[in-house]
Amino acid sequence: MERILSIIFIYILVDNFVLQRFFGICPFLGVSRKMETAIGMSMAVVFVMTMATLVTWILYTFVLAPYNLEYLQIVTFILVIASLVQLVETTLRKISPILYQGLGIFLPLITTNCAIMAVALLAVRENFAFGEAVVFGLAASLGFSLALVIMAGIRERLELAKVPEVLQGSAITLITAGILSLAFLGFRGMLTL
Amino acid sequence: MMVVSLMNESNVYLQDLSRGIIKENPVFRLLLGMCPVLGVTAFLINGLGMGIAATAVLVASNVVISALKNFIPNQVRIPCFIVVIATFVTIIEMVLQAFQPVLYEALGVFVPLIVVNCVILGRAEAFASRKPLFRSLIDGIGVGIGFTLALGLLALVREVAGQGTIMGPDPDSAIHLFGAGFEPMGLFGQPAGAFIALGLLLGIVNVLFKRFKIQ
Repeated sequence: MERILSIIFIYILVDNFVLQRFFGICPFLGVSRKMETAIGMSMAVVFVMTMATLVTWILYTFVLAPYNLEYLQIVTFILVIASLVQLVETTLRKISPILYQGLGIFLPLITTNCAIMAVALLAVRENFAFGEAVVFGLAASLGFSLALVIMAGIRERLELAKVPEVLQGSAITLITAGILSLAFLGFRGMLTL
Repeated sequence: MMVVSLMNESNVYLQDLSRGIIKENPVFRLLLGMCPVLGVTAFLINGLGMGIAATAVLVASNVVISALKNFIPNQVRIPCFIVVIATFVTIIEMVLQAFQPVLYEALGVFVPLIVVNCVILGRAEAFASRKPLFRSLIDGIGVGIGFTLALGLLALVREVAGQGTIMGPDPDSAIHLFGAGFEPMGLFGQPAGAFIALGLLLGIVNVLFKRFKIQ
């Protein structure tokens, strides 16, 4: 139980996937312009990331590892993630059209979110047990969401600020992310696994 | 006539090569593939190694996808591209593991993550799947050089400011630039420094593009 709780705490705050580990920077910069889209993206990522960790962990432990097929890891994982995204998209459209409409374009975009692939790979590399792997996926995605939502809040304010012309756009966004990352640095070393 | 067409032809190749380096630099202009750019640039060697590994995958996948473009059905092209890219990433991972174990350890999970680097999938979709083989090869080399240059530049800034060395972290090869009294700015070795350094570099690049009126 203690280990599970520390995994949650570490991957949301201490080792935040976006701000400390640099996974999922593309969506972090791309969809953080508005709070609404940021929340939509976060929901989609939480869902897919947790599912992806679950499926890839099972696949790796019970199929790839016993038959010494570890070298197929990259190909298998990316195909699992791509088809999972497709599956989630189709299912959501049938079961919950409202949620589907809310997530909209963000679902297909998730395939190229490197945070998902990173979670799947790290869950195997760190030798997590099944329950830990799933919690790890959930915590990492919550950390991603936290960073994204905070960033969206800042950027909505930033629209109104006077920024030097050459720094406008992505440059100031990156510098803002740097300062945000600096704030998260305060959690460094609080807890390790 | 012959000479003119030959010149035009080499001009096209030159454009294909230079576009990826300057006008459409994947990092500084298009902001693609940012995860490895920020993640492995604490040291120059790691940045350049990552750039070269990604370039190798990009060139190989561009060539194969361009060669196969008439056989790949349009509806399933993205999964096909991804499988081609994933295959080359697996090869590169094995090569690094065998011949550059130190670099492989330093790059860590970012090596398999080349597969989700949007620069590579982007070039496959936007260029290699439409253009002839040789032009796709040149395009891959150009974009690869642009990507490697950007990684190298950011890594150079971060290593010099954050560690005061070049060619670290291995103490045998590290060259200390400043005397013993130098206090490195630890910030640039930290994740936060990566964001800030890249943001400032983007600002400088913007100034240069404006100055030389490159659109």
